[in-house]
Amino acid sequence: MPPSTRDREYRRKTAWVTALLLGAWFLVTFVVVYFARDLQFRFFGWPFSFWMGAQGALIVYVLIIWYYARFMNRLDREYGIQDEPPP
Amino acid sequence: MSDSPAYAAYKRRIHRNLAFYGLGLAAFFLLMAWAERQGLSRVWLGPIFLFSTVMIYAAIGIYGRTSDASEYYVAGRRIPPMYNGMAAAADWMSAASFISLAGGLYLQGFSGTEAQPGGLAYVLGWTGGFCLVGLLIAPHLRRLNLYTVPDYFDVRFGGRWPRLIAAFAAVLCSFTYVVAQIYGVGLIASRLTGVQFEIGILLGLGGVLLCSFLGGMRAITWTQVAQYIILLLAFLIPVSWLAYKQLGNPLAPLVYGKQIEKITEIEKVLRDSPAERQVRRVWERREKEYEARLQDIEGALRRDRAAALERVRQLKARDADSALIVAAARELAALPKTPASARELWTRAMADAHERAKPLGGLPPHGQAFAGDPQGTPQEQQAFETSRLNFLALVFCLMVGTAGLPHLLTRFYTTPTVSEARSSVAWSLFFIVLLYLSAPALAVLVKFEVMQGLVGSSFDALPSWIGQWAKVDPALISITDVNGDHILQFSEIRIAADIVMLVTPEVGGLPYVVSGLVAAGGLAAALSTADALLLTISNSLVRDVYCHEVRRDVPPEQRVILSKFALLGVAMLAAFVAALKPADILPLVSASFSLAASAFVPVMVLGIFWRGATRAGAVAGMLGGLGVTVYYMLANSPAVRAFLGLEAGSVLWFGILPVSAGVFGVLTGFAIALVVSLATRGGD
Repeated sequence: MPPSTRDREYRRKTAWVTALLLGAWFLVTFVVVYFARDLQFRFFGWPFSFWMGAQGALIVYVLIIWYYARFMNRLDREYGIQDEPPP
Repeated sequence: MSDSPAYAAYKRRIHRNLAFYGLGLAAFFLLMAWAERQGLSRVWLGPIFLFSTVMIYAAIGIYGRTSDASEYYVAGRRIPPMYNGMAAAADWMSAASFISLAGGLYLQGFSGTEAQPGGLAYVLGWTGGFCLVGLLIAPHLRRLNLYTVPDYFDVRFGGRWPRLIAAFAAVLCSFTYVVAQIYGVGLIASRLTGVQFEIGILLGLGGVLLCSFLGGMRAITWTQVAQYIILLLAFLIPVSWLAYKQLGNPLAPLVYGKQIEKITEIEKVLRDSPAERQVRRVWERREKEYEARLQDIEGALRRDRAAALERVRQLKARDADSALIVAAARELAALPKTPASARELWTRAMADAHERAKPLGGLPPHGQAFAGDPQGTPQEQQAFETSRLNFLALVFCLMVGTAGLPHLLTRFYTTPTVSEARSSVAWSLFFIVLLYLSAPALAVLVKFEVMQGLVGSSFDALPSWIGQWAKVDPALISITDVNGDHILQFSEIRIAADIVMLVTPEVGGLPYVVSGLVAAGGLAAALSTADALLLTISNSLVRDVYCHEVRRDVPPEQRVILSKFALLGVAMLAAFVAALKPADILPLVSASFSLAASAFVPVMVLGIFWRGATRAGAVAGMLGGLGVTVYYMLANSPAVRAFLGLEAGSVLWFGILPVSAGVFGVLTGFAIALVVSLATRGGD
């Protein structure tokens, strides 16, 4: 089956959302940690970089995966991608 | 999405069962608390907790028994996403997460030392990896309706070698991991019930086997859901109690920020206190002593032996108490037998004294990121750079390893649909984060309790738990009056990472029933991971090796039976290796992450997202990645170097420590797979 325009569109959207979310993942993990020494200002009573490492990043991770699941499940329905029916 | 009526009814049934289970658990806990009040002895409380939880798991195993292939390998692919998330969370959180994580954070603070990265790297690495699993891998694998991870390599690349190498790598990293889990099971069981370590292993193994042997993935899934609830309660109850005690609010993750600042203040005071300095000078002196001995090992050994012999002789001549003579004779017998073992022992003792002569007993300041100082002397700048680089490398390895560990990926084969596989990853991380938000909190609260409540008290009035745990194993906790002033200083405490979580209830002055719960939680964490790992190994051996290479015409029912017996054999072998106590929990676990990261992830990601990846590229990429990682680990392992007769030391690339060997493996794997695929394009 040759890839139709709709098919390409679906792939493009998937690639975009994946790249964006992975960018966010990279930012909160590697960029924030790299500059951890410089980011030690107070943040609601916490040293900021410690808070990011212990809590902030984890919350962002959950949001990233949750958003991806929601976005992709909608996209699948919009483009009529076949998924197996529940038993 | 609307569910079919049958699926909705099935989900309702599960919700109801879970509610009953939760209520039963709460009732059991309250009953035990009441029994303790009534005077039930501690000797009974621990075993009752262990025995009854293992019985629950075994009962679920018997109830979920099956010999149907789809049920056995992928739980019939009908686990709702939330429950699959709970099971994945229990599956994921191993003895290392439950027992060693909080302890590691206590000892390493933000980022660990220059020589040992750690601390929050584990928290970040073990959660952030799920982004890779959720976005890049799990949904794509689920779409293919596979049974094992090596299946993917078979389906995508075809041929024999991709599948065989994948099966080999799956067995290698899962086996390393399962040995660490069984070791943890043995530790907990033997400490809590007082049986021998080896018997502890067998007891725990019994629980694992009943479950996975009878019911495969189906039984394991439901057992893991039950285990998740126990381990979550076992972690949250002591943390909340401590937070309530110190800050008046049981929601520990929200409020412990204040304690970090207080700890930073206390650390400053401790660093300048005269008594602490005195203790540090004693350690410095001991370091010098060992250094002098190492200059002349044979001579020092001869002098030691002569002195010990002389002591025994004198005591005998004086007709002293027999206990004293026995002690002196034991000391004589404990002296190193050969110069080589003396060198090893004294080098370790010298390094230990060197660490303890540092401020705060060698622990880095809790809230400070990385060792060294970017504005300091060149040496300090160097320390800062290396420490930061190693921290990032460790985070990278743990994350990529998460995305490659077969026992976790097969968990996402069990959901009914692809979209539910995606939601299930989100649920898994949610359930993991519930516990991981509290682990740094626990470390901070315990540290504050120790610094505030314990340091400065008299040696005659130490709490009784210290003695009790020191009796179990002096390597776990030791408190000695180094400078002889009868006052406890912070540098006089030595506490191992694996014990911090287990002593938390006692540090906080909680009833013993909470200690029982914590031990049950640790056991649940270790058993749930061991279950999944054993299943992964036996399935790889039977489905991906035996049924392809040895006999191709095995009917499905027979495959299940073969898998069950392979599982039994692997479990026995793992228990045997664990009984030899090969290494600590954390290094074993980190090694298996590096192995999984470099063997699977580069080729899997390329195969999913790039049509141009070829079979030859896959084989070369997997072998190259795995080879580099294994080489780097072995080349830097002191035991291997000694065995090959190389001089001690290490060959580090860019100063990255061997615990993060996967960094090089992953990059090499990607590069080789890419280049070879391009070169062989159109060839197969």
